[in-house]
Amino acid sequence: MLSRIAESLFWIGRYVERADNTARLLDVHLNVLLEDPWVDEPSANGSLLSVMNCEFESPVSRRDVLQKLAFDPEQSSSIAWTLGAARENARRAREVISTEVWESLNMTRNQLPRWTAAARPHEYFVWVRERAAVVWGLHSATTSRDDAWHFMELGRSLERADMIARLLMTRHFEGTTGPNWTTLLRSCSAHEAYLRTVRALVTEERAAEFLLVDRLFPRSIAYNLQKAEDTLGLIEGASNSRALSDRARLALGRARTNLEYRDVRDVLADLPGQMREVQGACAAASDLIRDRYFLPASTVLWSQEAL
Amino acid sequence: MTADQHTPWTGYQPVQAWDEAVNLEGKVRDPYRRVYTEIDRMSGDDLYSRAEALASTYLAQGVTFDHAGEERPFPLDIVPRVVGAEEWEIISPGVAQRVRTLEAFLADVYGSQHCVNDGLVPRRLIATSQYFYRSAAGIDPANGVRAHVSGIDLVRDQHGIWRVLEDNVRVPSGVSYVLSNRRAMSQMFPDMFGAMGVRPVLEYSQRLRAALARCAPGDIDDPTIVVLTPGVFNSAYYEHSLLARTMGVELVEGRDLETHNGRVYMRTTAGRRRVDVIYRRVDDDYLDPVVFRPDSTLGAPGLVHAARLGNVTIANAIGNGVADDKLIYTYMPDLTRYYLGEDPILPNVDTWRLEETEAREEVMDRLDELVVKPVDGAGGKGVIIGPKASRSELDQARAQILADPRGWIAQPVIQLSTVPTLTDDGLEPRHVDLRPFAINDGDDVWVLPGGLTRVALARGQLIVNSSQGGGSKDTWVLGGERQRGSATPPPESRVELGGISAVPQAAHPDDIEHGQQQQQQQQQGEPKRRGTSC
Repeated sequence: MLSRIAESLFWIGRYVERADNTARLLDVHLNVLLEDPWVDEPSANGSLLSVMNCEFESPVSRRDVLQKLAFDPEQSSSIAWTLGAARENARRAREVISTEVWESLNMTRNQLPRWTAAARPHEYFVWVRERAAVVWGLHSATTSRDDAWHFMELGRSLERADMIARLLMTRHFEGTTGPNWTTLLRSCSAHEAYLRTVRALVTEERAAEFLLVDRLFPRSIAYNLQKAEDTLGLIEGASNSRALSDRARLALGRARTNLEYRDVRDVLADLPGQMREVQGACAAASDLIRDRYFLPASTVLWSQEAL
Repeated sequence: MTADQHTPWTGYQPVQAWDEAVNLEGKVRDPYRRVYTEIDRMSGDDLYSRAEALASTYLAQGVTFDHAGEERPFPLDIVPRVVGAEEWEIISPGVAQRVRTLEAFLADVYGSQHCVNDGLVPRRLIATSQYFYRSAAGIDPANGVRAHVSGIDLVRDQHGIWRVLEDNVRVPSGVSYVLSNRRAMSQMFPDMFGAMGVRPVLEYSQRLRAALARCAPGDIDDPTIVVLTPGVFNSAYYEHSLLARTMGVELVEGRDLETHNGRVYMRTTAGRRRVDVIYRRVDDDYLDPVVFRPDSTLGAPGLVHAARLGNVTIANAIGNGVADDKLIYTYMPDLTRYYLGEDPILPNVDTWRLEETEAREEVMDRLDELVVKPVDGAGGKGVIIGPKASRSELDQARAQILADPRGWIAQPVIQLSTVPTLTDDGLEPRHVDLRPFAINDGDDVWVLPGGLTRVALARGQLIVNSSQGGGSKDTWVLGGERQRGSATPPPESRVELGGISAVPQAAHPDDIEHGQQQQQQQQQGEPKRRGTSC
């Protein structure tokens, strides 16, 4: 597969997953603002923007948050921009992705202008999650499990681990008690799976364990880190099976085992720090993947001899 | 059409040009009869709603072209253009003959130049052609083909005669619209297709792939073919990606390619991979900074060298532009007789060569009734239509011609034929041309049945290029034998699978046997014995 195409696929995976998770995150945030009677809204908003690595000037209004993270197509942190970027990448890789996936991404982009901040944000978030589900469903039903599949899945699982880490950081926002664990589980579509697995009421430790290190639930951080590692292994092929030489895999594996082999109470004691480490590992892995698979060996520049 | 009923055809009146659907007495021509009655049955609103549906599917599919930096849906008109089987019997061999002549001419020009030595074409003409590249001389294509794909622009004059307007053997574009127009229109009028016997166009990509595989250098069994695009911002990017996708080959940009030791490779996630055939959609000038424009980033350095060594085939070949030159065009009938020993099937449009003094003087006198074109133009740029031009435009043209007579040709104004087209004021005649595409695989020239019909959407407008606000129509060539055969129902309309009985489709047992029973039990709350409820 062409490096340029692989890079586009990787980013389609990341962008679609990012849009989906940003919608979940915003939904939780708005919910908290409604439910928490003692909320200090501007500082909670500011915390959210800083978790999403957005620049802002305080005080931050709810409208600012929605503009920056949901609606403004000019802001690279917004859902609207992310979905547009996914579509542009799909256009560059048009001949590799299936027509159905392309059309669903293209339609999504075309329908974006219908949604404005004035509409009820919750409906917009539902729509975003639905569109992401359509893309993933079509992708899964129409793509051969070759490199085209692997690179998109790689981007997707990296992004999901990263975004869940950001979501868990919202527990420690300033100015609010933060979302309770039931809300967090719900926003990850994990509440029902949690109840079936744990068979107990939601406690902090159990819920955190479920979202951090559950090996079977597809929205736990460890599950996604493991999946990214496995996908990297599939891309690399059987050529090097004796020792792990891929530095991206090492970074991801360290982050995963750090969570898995640590008492959950320790993790909870330093949740923001631990989550920041997960995000750091994802970013490092992303850069290492880029260096290894996407960057052209060297760019040849041609200049004529001056006479 | 009944007089008292209002149909989309009410008020349709051909202008002075040849109308392909209706003659001057208002009688419907044969090929259009079926289309006419089909539209006649619709209400005007129905027609508009179908047209709207057509536009929205194009937007969803991303069938767009880049206009002034903005992606727009490519306008497709709802009324198809129909070409009768007898007319195609002239066009198809005519186009194939034209392509064979162009191939012979290109081989000659970049070889021993017999046509010059025999006094047919002035040497100066070739030497001064902007697209004659000495660097292309000595690159011998693997199977002798230089114009793998060509697009021959045809028009139909006032008398209904098909004429060649232009030859395009550089990088002719537009075939993707033929393919996607057909897909959209066949969904819009499914019943008409079967009944009319429209010839299919979808085999184009397979034909192209086969032709490209056959021109691979050496004796490679399964050559690696790539489509080279300038990138996602090119106006024809949609076409490049569609061709790569339907051929099942990689779409590469210049930065994906690199050359080592006279071989071309592409950069993949698994390292370098050798490339054998490049179907390039990048102009000659940008193809290789070593030989052509040094500032180009669209090509790859060393491509021409690799082609010269015979390690890679570039399709279409470099330097084909010399045959597109509109002055060479004027020699094409003579060249057909010279190379092939045949009379041209499709005539040219009469053309004055402005280098010849007599011709130039005549043209200068009649400038306000003629069309003048730059010899190297494409996309309708720089064309001046005498009767529509202002005085100052004419004066400017006159000065330009006198300054550079080699750079211009003059032609009479041809009233391009018209085809009914849906406008804001209902169906009206609009001028069209036709670009059939031909693929040369070395043994045979295959002409795609149909081609791109471009239509000028403004009333009276004679320039049909999409860059000048033109649209397109699906072109239906009648007489497809396969369709005609299937249109008549088989004598036995019963379907049999040769004695094979079908395997029943399974379902969850609860759903079939007990489902109804359970439902009733649960609703009534009193158990019943199975069977009593059935």
